[in-house]
Amino acid sequence: MNGFVSRGFKRRRQTSEELEERLPPGQYSEPGFPVLTAGPTPEISKGDWTFRIDGMVANPREWSWEEFGGLPFEDIPCDIHCVTKWSKLGTSFGGVSVDVLLEQAEPLDAYAMVYSYGGYTTNLGIEDVSDGKAWVVTEHEGEPLPREHGGPARLLVPHLYFWKSAKWVKGIRIIDHNEPGFWESNGYHDRGDPWKEERYWTD
Amino acid sequence: MAERMTPVEVRAPGGWQIGTVTSIKAETPRTKSFRIKLPMWIAHLPGQHYDVRLTDPDGYRAQRSYSVASSPLDEGGVELTIDRLEDGEVSPYFHDVVEVGDLVEVRGPFASYFVWRMEKPVLLLGGGSGVVPLMAILRHRRRTMPTLPMRLVYSVRSTEDVIYGDELDDDSLLTFTREAPESWKGHRGRIDRELIAAAGIEPGIAFICGSNGFVETVSQLLLAAGWEPRQVRTERFGPTG
Repeated sequence: MNGFVSRGFKRRRQTSEELEERLPPGQYSEPGFPVLTAGPTPEISKGDWTFRIDGMVANPREWSWEEFGGLPFEDIPCDIHCVTKWSKLGTSFGGVSVDVLLEQAEPLDAYAMVYSYGGYTTNLGIEDVSDGKAWVVTEHEGEPLPREHGGPARLLVPHLYFWKSAKWVKGIRIIDHNEPGFWESNGYHDRGDPWKEERYWTD
Repeated sequence: MAERMTPVEVRAPGGWQIGTVTSIKAETPRTKSFRIKLPMWIAHLPGQHYDVRLTDPDGYRAQRSYSVASSPLDEGGVELTIDRLEDGEVSPYFHDVVEVGDLVEVRGPFASYFVWRMEKPVLLLGGGSGVVPLMAILRHRRRTMPTLPMRLVYSVRSTEDVIYGDELDDDSLLTFTREAPESWKGHRGRIDRELIAAAGIEPGIAFICGSNGFVETVSQLLLAAGWEPRQVRTERFGPTG
């Protein structure tokens, strides 16, 4: 705190105390679901969609849309936080826990590079995608995930800024070192914990 | 004396600093440009943004990101062009309260994806206030390499939505989607294949900025016109109140 006060600024948005506690520093509550994507939106049909886990794993795996549909499906109520300052509180997704996928592939090392149709990548430590913290989701609030929000499937990692929740996700590569993904190479924080306000490289 | 000794580490981009508003220009009825002098200025890349943070006397804070509109050749400060959103918290403050001489807390410049690094040829496509980061690119090119092939295609609803109107030159193609001035002989309607062709820029690098719908439509038009996805950079407006 540097004691600076903006002359004549008065708070205009009121948020209930309960919701206030769920808003990380510098975020505001946004009822809508804005779309922010780098580059054109890719179009992937369910017939062409596959999801794979490869790299340093004992058992590289690939699932078709149909095979993926046979995996245990969960409802995930959560709050999501975008680095551009909006948070969407009390939303929900439906999909498969990354734990289920990793269990079958048996990772042999500690870093995950998530990659998407269209070329997007984002890096995560394996601890951030395991133990019930990450999912590959195909539904949002009970409906099929819209294409503009990453449909047919996106990663969901609600405890980190939302750029980590890669849209149009295609797979996870397990590697033996940390390496920046797309936004992490373009000025954004390596890990992106909203509660520590890890927005940019220097945070 | 101590006040004048700036510690080295806070010169890195990203530290909060208190700038001074040196000029305010009303661009349109709902858009104003603010020149802000910065104690720890560093050159930005055209297309980058700054974060702005407001603090009220109770310690409540609101943050938003705004694109820089000025060329990095304007040393010592940045110009932020801010669209007024009625139900917003930060933009109405800038429009209704901020005066020349006021202090504002900012940090930047940030992000290095939607930035121009002198690639060519360049096609800029802006919808509404999406023109702001594109203007930083256009202004920088005009002052550094005015013959480099670059064209701005700028879509607005009506006359009163034209930002930087007095700066639009032969390198800009304006189109009105709702209401054009009576004497208007230029383009009308949404950006389409013909207007993109009229810009006369071969696939090189394109920057598209505007609402999600605008960016989606225009990027698909470029792909249909033979541009590769990797040649098309987009910035979609989230809600920035």
